[in-house]
Amino acid sequence: MADTAQTTPQTAPTTPLRRSAVRSLLRLWPFVRPVRTRLFLAAFVAVLASCIGLVIPLVLKWLVDGPVTERDPGGTWLGGGYLLLLGIAEALLFGVRRVLVARPLASVEAAMREALYRHIQRLPVAFHDRWASGQLLSRATTDLQLLRMFLAFPLVFLLVNGATILVGCVLLLAQRWSLGLVLLAPVLPLMVMCSVFEAKYAVAARRAQDQVGDLTTVVEESVLGIRIIKGFGRHRSQARAFKELTHRLRTTELHKARLLAAIWCVITTLPEIAIGATLVLGTVQVADDALSAGTLVAFLSTALALRWPVDSIGFLLAMSNEAATATDRYFEVMDEKAVTDEGRDGAVGSGETGSGQAGGGEAGDPARAAGGLVFEGVEFRYPDAAEDTPPTLRGIDLHIRPGETMALVGATGSGKTTLTALVPRLYDPTAGRITVDGRDLASLSRDEARALVAVAFEEPTLFSATVAENVLMGAEGAQEADLLRALRVAQADGFVGALPEGTATQVGEQGLSLSGGQRQRLALARAVVGRPRFLILDDPLSALDVHTEALVEAALRRVLATTTALVVAHRPSTVLLADRVALLSGGRITAVGTHHELLRDNPEYATLMSGTSGMSGEADRSEGESVR
Amino acid sequence: MTTTATDLPADDHEGADAPRPPAGSDAFERDVLPTPKGASRSLLRSLLAPHHRRVWTIAVLLLLQQLAVQAGPLLVAYAIDHAVPALRSGDHGPLIAVALVAALCATASGGLQFAFIKVSARVSQDALLDLRGRIFRHGQALSLDFHERYTSGRLISRATTDVESLRELLDEGLQELITVVLSTVYITATLVFLDWGLGAAAVASAAPLHLFVRSFQRRSQRVYSAKSTAIAAVIVKFTETINGIRPVQAFRRERPNDAAFARLNHDHERVNGTATLEMARYVVSSRLVANFAVAAIVLWGAYRVASGGLALGVLAAAALYLRRLYDPIDRLGMFLNSYQSAAASLEKIAGLLAQRPGVPESAEPVALPAVAAGRPGREVEFRGVRFAYRTGGEVLPRFDLTLAAGSTLAVVGATGAGKSTLAKLLARFYDPTEGRVLLDGVDLRDLSTAALRRGVVMVTQEAFLFSGTVAENIAIGRPDATRAEIELAAKAIGAHDFITGLPDGYDTDVRKRGGRISAGQRQLVGFARALLADPAVLILDEATSSLDIPGERAVQRAMSTVLQGRTAVVIAHRLSTVEIADRVLVMADGRIVEDGPPATLIAGRGRFAELHAAWRESVR
Repeated sequence: MADTAQTTPQTAPTTPLRRSAVRSLLRLWPFVRPVRTRLFLAAFVAVLASCIGLVIPLVLKWLVDGPVTERDPGGTWLGGGYLLLLGIAEALLFGVRRVLVARPLASVEAAMREALYRHIQRLPVAFHDRWASGQLLSRATTDLQLLRMFLAFPLVFLLVNGATILVGCVLLLAQRWSLGLVLLAPVLPLMVMCSVFEAKYAVAARRAQDQVGDLTTVVEESVLGIRIIKGFGRHRSQARAFKELTHRLRTTELHKARLLAAIWCVITTLPEIAIGATLVLGTVQVADDALSAGTLVAFLSTALALRWPVDSIGFLLAMSNEAATATDRYFEVMDEKAVTDEGRDGAVGSGETGSGQAGGGEAGDPARAAGGLVFEGVEFRYPDAAEDTPPTLRGIDLHIRPGETMALVGATGSGKTTLTALVPRLYDPTAGRITVDGRDLASLSRDEARALVAVAFEEPTLFSATVAENVLMGAEGAQEADLLRALRVAQADGFVGALPEGTATQVGEQGLSLSGGQRQRLALARAVVGRPRFLILDDPLSALDVHTEALVEAALRRVLATTTALVVAHRPSTVLLADRVALLSGGRITAVGTHHELLRDNPEYATLMSGTSGMSGEADRSEGESVR
Repeated sequence: MTTTATDLPADDHEGADAPRPPAGSDAFERDVLPTPKGASRSLLRSLLAPHHRRVWTIAVLLLLQQLAVQAGPLLVAYAIDHAVPALRSGDHGPLIAVALVAALCATASGGLQFAFIKVSARVSQDALLDLRGRIFRHGQALSLDFHERYTSGRLISRATTDVESLRELLDEGLQELITVVLSTVYITATLVFLDWGLGAAAVASAAPLHLFVRSFQRRSQRVYSAKSTAIAAVIVKFTETINGIRPVQAFRRERPNDAAFARLNHDHERVNGTATLEMARYVVSSRLVANFAVAAIVLWGAYRVASGGLALGVLAAAALYLRRLYDPIDRLGMFLNSYQSAAASLEKIAGLLAQRPGVPESAEPVALPAVAAGRPGREVEFRGVRFAYRTGGEVLPRFDLTLAAGSTLAVVGATGAGKSTLAKLLARFYDPTEGRVLLDGVDLRDLSTAALRRGVVMVTQEAFLFSGTVAENIAIGRPDATRAEIELAAKAIGAHDFITGLPDGYDTDVRKRGGRISAGQRQLVGFARALLADPAVLILDEATSSLDIPGERAVQRAMSTVLQGRTAVVIAHRLSTVEIADRVLVMADGRIVEDGPPATLIAGRGRFAELHAAWRESVR
């Protein structure tokens, strides 16, 4: 919106560039290691090719001073032959360098991306709460491409150009040191100016990057919030905000262009002046017969050959700097601690990890005396919450008996969703413990915990895959029959059957877009398909119409009869799926009982369920939310 | 590519049990909108046209700059062939001329380069500014119907990555190309001028080079498109995993995902390597031709100098020029790559811009009549309205409907019955295929956007929050509202308590740390927005689905007090919402099957009575 645009923070340019770029880049070594031989070979080949480029002027000199001056047509053939050979060698070496690194560098990029992806998948949900997906994506794409480019060009060419400049200087000075000095005079000031420029430019470039980011945000929001913008007729103010940002970006870009123009002016002028001066001095010396014409030609050709290596130092350094930033950004994520796959106490048999047959726990094991799902003094505080705020959940004591369904009721924002996220260990309690079938959840590995628990989230997410794949991801080894059963429970069999290719229809971002209610039903099917031992449903029926809701409830009731379940509920109709109800208020469980008990005894619950602040005797009314 | 595309709840609730007609393999699906022939070229022309004077300046600057840059070897030739003999005979004139021209060329080439970069940056930045604005405005102007089919991700990438690839072309590519062309022309001309035989030989060498460039262009186009498809697949998988991290972890998808991602990533790796190899192949072959040409031409020149047919200085200049002539062939390859990506992007942008808004704003808006005092609602009339998708699927058969000003209408029915479509017609998110929707007798199509939104506001189930503070998000309803008015609206809807409980109250940034706002709370903010907008007609489309019952009650209270006398249309799954309605409409398969006061319908034996009974049953 118009006003939000202005408040979008202008991210300050990040820390000075003088943080050690080299140290950052060295962190790439483990990924580069497997291809090191090829990389070194490529660098060697490049140096060789570059030196050949420097030898060509020498052949020219020999040609001009030798056969040409001596009017020896036969000798020119030899010179031409040398030139040709060197030319072929140079071209082939160029190619060899590229061929050597083409596949290896692509594989370095791919390996880094894969490592990032693996890592990101295993980072705790709390990490994902903090990081915008765009930030992670840009690391996996732009930054990694930048790194591949760095390994392919700046890294090699900083070395090659250094070597070329060195060899070129030696050649120039050896041929005629006085002229050489004149020609090389601008090298030092050029390098200094380039690095000064590069520092300034990096700041401007970073600012532009941030402004592009802000711009992207406005574009994104204007697309995602299009219904609201249209609904309130706000597209003009949105366009104003956009316009302002694009103008700001333009100003920065023009500033960048000014810097660029200035440095290019210097880069073009200084060497040209040096070459002009060399030409004039050289001509005088040739006229005095102190210098051969061939040497002058060779000199100027060498100077020409050195132009690019000198000019490019600036942008090679800039690219290296960018690569260092990209490396930092990459490792920022990689350094985040992934959740360990082991439980706190590893001595847990893997027998129970199978996707869980329903049915009661085997008797006899004393540890299972308190079976079911038990919360004992559980406290949870979001890692990014302010210090002075109370924890989101505290002192949660709740016992859900095996096979029992517990409804979780609470006002908007009371922490219901947070509580459910603790069971599949998406978050871990900051204090207290949760036990499943008598075993501490923390002692199970996350994989084991999640094999026991299935969840239907409030926001039903479908992946770009077929309906069948989306549902069956809820269970390993589930069969066609399980799929159909789950679809029936969620009352999804009807609309799935009507899809163009039934259960094989592609859905998700890249497939058919389904309505909220349809997605919710598929998410529900996913949760029940594996007949999990523990089922967590977060307001599973909110997007369904009354009719469908009634049908789903009837089917779900049969599933819940044998499953230990925790169901977040907003409505009496959903609550009635449960055997008992827990009331969550201010981060605590304040009451547990049957729907009717709570309705009678607990004013807060009565309010939540009926919308009136009435006390006892309101049961009838509340149940109704009725049309009168 | 971005982020949030998959967060969006699917657009409408109508999709339902009958899959939406415009699916399948149409143009939207494949992301190729019909683009008129030559549209991308005329787009580029129209972007540059306002700057034609600058474009000419750029051309002249480059022409002069290349002249200055390419003068060097000519000076060498002159110095060796004229200044040296002149010096030997004591004449310093030619040498001084060489010095002066060299100095002039050096400063001129630098100065002109400076001017060129500045002017061309102006042009390219202005063109990009223009293009970004056009895409943005156009995207906003296009109807909801379009947005629902085009998907947010694509629109976002049009405005970001596609513009970016055009920027690369304008910033670097074009200069490169013009420089290459100019220097080639200059150098060839100079060579011909120095010695037409050498010049002709250089021209002849262009033929095989041309072949290599063409073949590279063809091959790289293929590889390039394979590469962009491959990276797109990687990006989709990546984004999807991040946005669905909860289900991914809860259902232990990590390992299967690793494998699936590795496969996509490997595909990309392969194409990526192939692309580099194509480039290598091009560089080697063109370099070989170039170096062969240099050797041959120099050899021939040297032979002629040796046999007395050519001046030494000319040979020197030719040798220097030849190196320069073939220098840019590598860069030409890179230019071709960036050109290809820019051309593809431009094509996509042109396709987007060629879409006509389905719901255009009236060119000659009509004003609404003044609202009657004490009765702030307006009368709504659907007159002979029919609605069908452009692809032919009929959603609402022809119907008539009049809502009295100030009345509250509840619309119920199963998913897919056409409730949301009815609401969207009234909000003018769509225009009817036939018939008219009238607000106090004025066709919605004749209203200005501002008047329309003072008249009708729709609150949907999906309550999107824009980045910014909570207060700013509410103020979207009425940007000139004071803080007191914003708080009043929040209080009326029952959102005040949770907002003051946020770290910075109304000034809490919704995208920042601690700004966790639940689905229900987002819906409350959406309501506060609508309350602040204070429209004559309010449409609620599933707007209370994530609210708990007290929240829903607060909304109902607000409607009966703050919005008293407004016309309201309420679509809800919850029959509880029907309580506040004066009139209920039951829809099935796009038709109005029952219509009357709630009490009458319940008492009757129709669908509503049935629905109501079933619902009572489920609640019991």
